[in-house]
Amino acid sequence: MPGVEGFIYPNEFELQWGILIVLYPFITGLVAGAFILASLERVFNVEAVKPTYRLALLTALAFLLVAPLPLQLHLGHPERSFEMYLTPHTQSAMAMFGFVYLWYLMAVLVLEIWLDYRRDIVLRWRASKGISKVVYGAMALWSGNIGPSALELDDRVGRALTVIGIPSAFLLHGYVGFIFGSVKANPWWSTPLMPIVFLFSAIVSGIACILLLYFATCWARRVTVDMRCVDTIAKYLYYAFLVDFTLETLDLVHRLYESDESFHALDFMVKTRLFTSQIVLQILVGTLVPIGLLALTQLFTLRDKARRVIYVLAGGLTLVGIFAMRWNVVIGGQLFSKSFLGYTTYKMQFATREGLLPAVGLLILPFVVLWVLVRLLPPWGEGESAAGGDVAG
Amino acid sequence: MDQDRRSFLGHAGKLLVLTASAAVAWEHVLEGRPEEAPNYRVSDHWWGMAIDIDKCIGCGTCVRACKKENDVPLEPFTFRTWVERYVVDPEDIDHPQVDSVNGGYQGFYDRELLDPRLKMFYVPKLCNQCAHSPCVQVCPVGATFESPDGVVLVDTSYCLGCRYCVQACPYGCRFIDPRTSTVDKCSLCYHRITRGLTTACCETCPTGARVLADLKDPKDPIHAFLREHRVQVLKPQMATGSKTYYNGLDGSVR
Repeated sequence: MPGVEGFIYPNEFELQWGILIVLYPFITGLVAGAFILASLERVFNVEAVKPTYRLALLTALAFLLVAPLPLQLHLGHPERSFEMYLTPHTQSAMAMFGFVYLWYLMAVLVLEIWLDYRRDIVLRWRASKGISKVVYGAMALWSGNIGPSALELDDRVGRALTVIGIPSAFLLHGYVGFIFGSVKANPWWSTPLMPIVFLFSAIVSGIACILLLYFATCWARRVTVDMRCVDTIAKYLYYAFLVDFTLETLDLVHRLYESDESFHALDFMVKTRLFTSQIVLQILVGTLVPIGLLALTQLFTLRDKARRVIYVLAGGLTLVGIFAMRWNVVIGGQLFSKSFLGYTTYKMQFATREGLLPAVGLLILPFVVLWVLVRLLPPWGEGESAAGGDVAG
Repeated sequence: MDQDRRSFLGHAGKLLVLTASAAVAWEHVLEGRPEEAPNYRVSDHWWGMAIDIDKCIGCGTCVRACKKENDVPLEPFTFRTWVERYVVDPEDIDHPQVDSVNGGYQGFYDRELLDPRLKMFYVPKLCNQCAHSPCVQVCPVGATFESPDGVVLVDTSYCLGCRYCVQACPYGCRFIDPRTSTVDKCSLCYHRITRGLTTACCETCPTGARVLADLKDPKDPIHAFLREHRVQVLKPQMATGSKTYYNGLDGSVR
């Protein structure tokens, strides 16, 4: 059979989960990471990252809105997916996705963004005309109370929500890791480290994404980059990455040292079919190089411009590395046979329902959603841009 | 009077909604039940299968019978049961040569074992009808379930096609039916065994290498089979409660 080496079970010729399922943990990881970065400012009062606070929240929302779409596209019967809410099988890790998702989307993220933006929304409602007035009026729930006591209450509730939101963000992505980590039939996935590795890689990818988006928005708005802000974010990225890399290395060392029955099959796979995506893209280009670059900025005093270049480069490579990590988990976990006697190949299609084209579309879509959200709810303060002036007006 | 009418309409509305919900729920309860067959009580049975490796000649009759009986697509990757051929060097059981061209559908007639150091045998595979099925555990909507008489079944009208169960099965026994985009697997010919018949694969096996077993029936020969032979299940370390028992299973079989 083409693309098959050795013996595989008949049902292993085609991969069950393709690139869309790679996107799922990648996108939810960005959500969790972006939210955790936003929480730093709110809960731990890290003033330096304040310029990215609202941007991070809106980014988390944009990606969260898109997160279920790859799953829907993948399902054989997407029209039945609502059954997960109506008759969930409580023993199934996957059945809980809908509830974790809804909790995070509605109870945490939307509510927190709404509370944070309520004053702006009311001001825009008052200042706008026509269709905008209706939109902002609806967003304000037709309540224009932005007196000091109301705003103080908003702030208190918002802070409490963020405190709830942090474990929720941990739950969201730790849970995604559990979906894979609890499959005992698959030794590539089955490890209790999986949720925690997913969580830290999520934090890393979310921070990198916000760092890049902040640079992009500063460039688009022609405002100066707040170096104190990006230095702080880069520092968090560096430390989170070190934890993430340590955990992944622990997993690797554990596998190497234990060398159980699956070891030779997995070892062979990593050295052949996964070599480019695992060794080159994930470990070298996507982990060691960005960690090295970020270490430079921590160890030496570099000029602002040099640091900016390094941050953008490290952020970009980090996202490549984390995407490769998701790929290696999802696709890599299906390239070897559960008989440990053979290997198959992922034959990615292009313009089919589960092909590359919809996957690229789904990666672009969150940025379109984010653009709409930013237009609707500008995340920058009043004094920072011309758009801010409209809010006050 | 107005108040009464409003209250009546309210109660009537609630009753209507509750009745409709109950009807829907009852429908699902019924779907989850094994089929109603005369003289068949689910509590009297606990199904499994016994396979005697030494008796299997690799003719593939079981594979063909299964595909025909259960309308399994003829594609070479969709099998409710298939047969694997093992060629093993007894001194190197970690590296057996295994093949299963078209799942053994045409039978294995293309190889003679010329090297006297090697051994060759056939291993029929099918759903192990596990008592603690990982596939059942992971299904997000309960579309796959264990029947009270010990058969793992799929409600295709409810299956989402998420493929989590395919990932969770350690034995490779599940596949997606390309015609329905839902999962399919061996049902142990449930439509036959609940009518007192045996499965299509057991019925047609010319050597009696595979035998349907009712572990709750004290007269079933399975009890003597398990007592008199050194039997094993596939991948016992998975602790799935497999009810497909193999006699003569070589250590090289995965």
